[in-house]
Amino acid sequence: MEIVIYGITNSVTLALMAIGFSLTFGISGVPNFAHGAFYLLGGILTWIFINQLGIPYLFSAILSVIIVGLLGFGLYWGLLLRLRGLVVNEVIATLAAAIVIIEVLRYMGFSGFTYVLPEFIKGSVNIGKAWLDYQRIFLVGIGVALIIILYFFTHRTRVGLSFRAIAQNERTAISLGIDSDWTAALSLAFGSALAVVAGLAILPLGSIDTEVGYDILIYALAVGIVGGLESVPGIVLASFILGFCQILVATFFKAQWLTVVTLGAIVLILAVKPSGIFGKYKELEERV
Amino acid sequence: MQDEEILRVEHLTKRFGGVIAVDNVSFSLQKGEFLGIIGPNGSGKTTLINLITGFVKPTSGKVTFNHTDITGKAPYRIACLGVSRSFQMARAFHKLPAYKNLIVPLYSPRVKRLGGGKYGERDDVAIDLLDDLGFERDSAVPYKAAGSLPHGYLKRLDLARCMALRPDLLILDELFSGMAMSEVAATLPMIEKFNREGLTIVMAEHRLKELFRVTHRVMVLNFGQKIADGTPKEVMSREEVQKAYLGTEVEG
Amino acid sequence: MAEAVRYRKERIDRGIKARTDTIYVLSSFRDMVYLFLPRFLPIILLLLLPFFVKGGYWEKVLFYSCMFALLALSWDFMASVGLVSLGQALFFGVGAYISGGLNHYFKMPIFLTIPIATLGGALFCTLLLFSVLRLRGVYFSMVTLILPLLFAHLIETLDILGGTHGLLSLTPFPSGWLSVYLAIIGVIICLFGFRKLISEDFGLVLRGIKDDDRVVMAGGINIHWYKAQAIFIAGAVGCFAGALMTHYYQFVGRSVFALDYTVLPLAGAVLGGPGSFAGATIGTFILVPLSEVLRALGGLRMALYGVILIAALVILPEGLFHYIERRYHQFERDVRI
Repeated sequence: MEIVIYGITNSVTLALMAIGFSLTFGISGVPNFAHGAFYLLGGILTWIFINQLGIPYLFSAILSVIIVGLLGFGLYWGLLLRLRGLVVNEVIATLAAAIVIIEVLRYMGFSGFTYVLPEFIKGSVNIGKAWLDYQRIFLVGIGVALIIILYFFTHRTRVGLSFRAIAQNERTAISLGIDSDWTAALSLAFGSALAVVAGLAILPLGSIDTEVGYDILIYALAVGIVGGLESVPGIVLASFILGFCQILVATFFKAQWLTVVTLGAIVLILAVKPSGIFGKYKELEERV
Repeated sequence: MQDEEILRVEHLTKRFGGVIAVDNVSFSLQKGEFLGIIGPNGSGKTTLINLITGFVKPTSGKVTFNHTDITGKAPYRIACLGVSRSFQMARAFHKLPAYKNLIVPLYSPRVKRLGGGKYGERDDVAIDLLDDLGFERDSAVPYKAAGSLPHGYLKRLDLARCMALRPDLLILDELFSGMAMSEVAATLPMIEKFNREGLTIVMAEHRLKELFRVTHRVMVLNFGQKIADGTPKEVMSREEVQKAYLGTEVEG
Repeated sequence: MAEAVRYRKERIDRGIKARTDTIYVLSSFRDMVYLFLPRFLPIILLLLLPFFVKGGYWEKVLFYSCMFALLALSWDFMASVGLVSLGQALFFGVGAYISGGLNHYFKMPIFLTIPIATLGGALFCTLLLFSVLRLRGVYFSMVTLILPLLFAHLIETLDILGGTHGLLSLTPFPSGWLSVYLAIIGVIICLFGFRKLISEDFGLVLRGIKDDDRVVMAGGINIHWYKAQAIFIAGAVGCFAGALMTHYYQFVGRSVFALDYTVLPLAGAVLGGPGSFAGATIGTFILVPLSEVLRALGGLRMALYGVILIAALVILPEGLFHYIERRYHQFERDVRI
């Protein structure tokens, strides 16, 4: 029973980490390697707003989501737009941006036990033998809600549909009057904002550490690679596979084996189906 | 010309999502034959070529080349067996000099096996090949960057690239599209010459008048289906062919 | 009203009068110097440098620069096949751990560990990355980015290969000269070897894969096989650097998988100009000493590399080397119009 509960929370955590990255990649084809950096930045901004400016929690959370979203938009508009077309440069530029953000934050010393975000809802509950705090339940709720909202957003709303149009065929989308740069910048903004939302849900469970910036990127990429990037069902499925495997391994073997599971899953999926479980990322032979 | 089957396509089908790009097409080709494939835009000519050459994997059906099953094999394997294809949009390595473009096929295992692609000789072989196709060796043309060549030359460069592989079967995908009349007139005899020397050629083409001058057999595709197969004259007199071409100019 | 005098920049080739793509007609000593200076000057400089910095702190910097130059060259080689790696640390770390492990657990001497680490590490990396080659573009970058980070986690959590402490007191080089000259000769061989290789027929095929893989496939060439060869070559260079470093410091820890070994070579190659190999070497030989000078910045150095990367991409996308090359072959003058 506790395996199921811990498994679910762990899986939804992974899905939350990955969803922003895969949203951006699925739409604009930009691999936003600054994803983890934005996640971290969002957490730290919120901490600053609460503890140094005295802004109420909810308000500062919303504020940092907006600020980081704008930063994501700026990353595209200010930097990537100049490099568009050369995948090499896009990849390098976002990674460089990530490093700048994370290393500056590390230099400023935002690491350690002082930097703790309060839980949204305090307390915990016992379900069977499992001990579950409300924050985790809240996190699962956020995760599920986000995935559902995203699905409706991309399938029902005008902006969402134009996102999908760009993802399918950029040139045709342009000729139909969709501004692809604007949409791509928006996708980066949404992806970054999602990173912060994930951070605000997950970070209260522990203290903020700048190393998290890289770890989140690893997990987001791992989930994306296993599930197939740009596919929401793939992300969800991969999160659950990885999440449950991790919990199973941690329960029956050793807690340290968590990374082995991730690495093993990546190597295995690369050997069997490199485009991921639900990968629509076309293999070479399939391109027309 | 020997009466021997070189290519057999059986019930080849390709679906892209809900669209059936190539629908149950079957035909066979004798050695030394010159087959034209015609059909309106979007009728599945290019997809058919992609299916035969392995660039697209068929949903169902079978392709046999020289009595070997090549269905769904990797493109380079099929190329090494002797099927060479050109691309509709002339593709070239734009930064390289034209003759260096031929190094890639000359480097392939097939040419190494057949001889002639040895280290240090490839440049000469490449220039010889280009010279045959109207890139005069004493002019500057073969040494210019491919990207600076006019479109007609690019198309012929693509043809040269195909010939560098020393193919048994040459598949040309709209070689003449975008070529000027004079260029077509210059290229046509070269292709005819290859055919006379025993090369089997399949040519998908929109320029029917030029095509009918060289080919003895024409296959018509419409909406992915094969609707006619025969000599140019008997094919063009068929009602469904005329219907398929209605709205486009019927030449020849 | 007097019309303002306007000028237009005109570029004039300085080069040798009679030349084609590959053949030069050398008619004077000046021509020979013009042609050979840029090729021999760096070799002589590199070979002489150890005499000037013998034994001191700057010898370490020189050695360090060579390590990163090797990694940058290996990145550049893969990039010219269209494989954008974000994980030079993978090669570096694998090479370092193989040589360190062999030396620590099996007591192998240096002249065995380094070759085994070079070839074995390259083979290991090629097998690891082989299946990713079927996918294009960013996928390769992503996988190479996370693999070294995961390996570092793995070594830490499983406590294998020395765990967090690393493998200590490995065999040192018999002399300081040997280590420095191995590194320098490695850089020279890679630099000129890669430049030669990429202009050969083999290199044409590799560049063809980057430009248009479908044409290469239609030419009857197994692109996966050639990409794998490219990874093997690049991997061997990276692993060699790792193995050298291990014995130089007589230590190998999980820091060899750190992002530094990815980002600095990358920054060097991008700053110097990708695709020319010379650019990658120049770039790292600028950045590594610079970062030593800026040691006081501490952790901010990584951020600085990031800034340099972005700046190089935006301001000088062609890279330093192409800029210098153009200046060497052409001069500009103002012409009145």
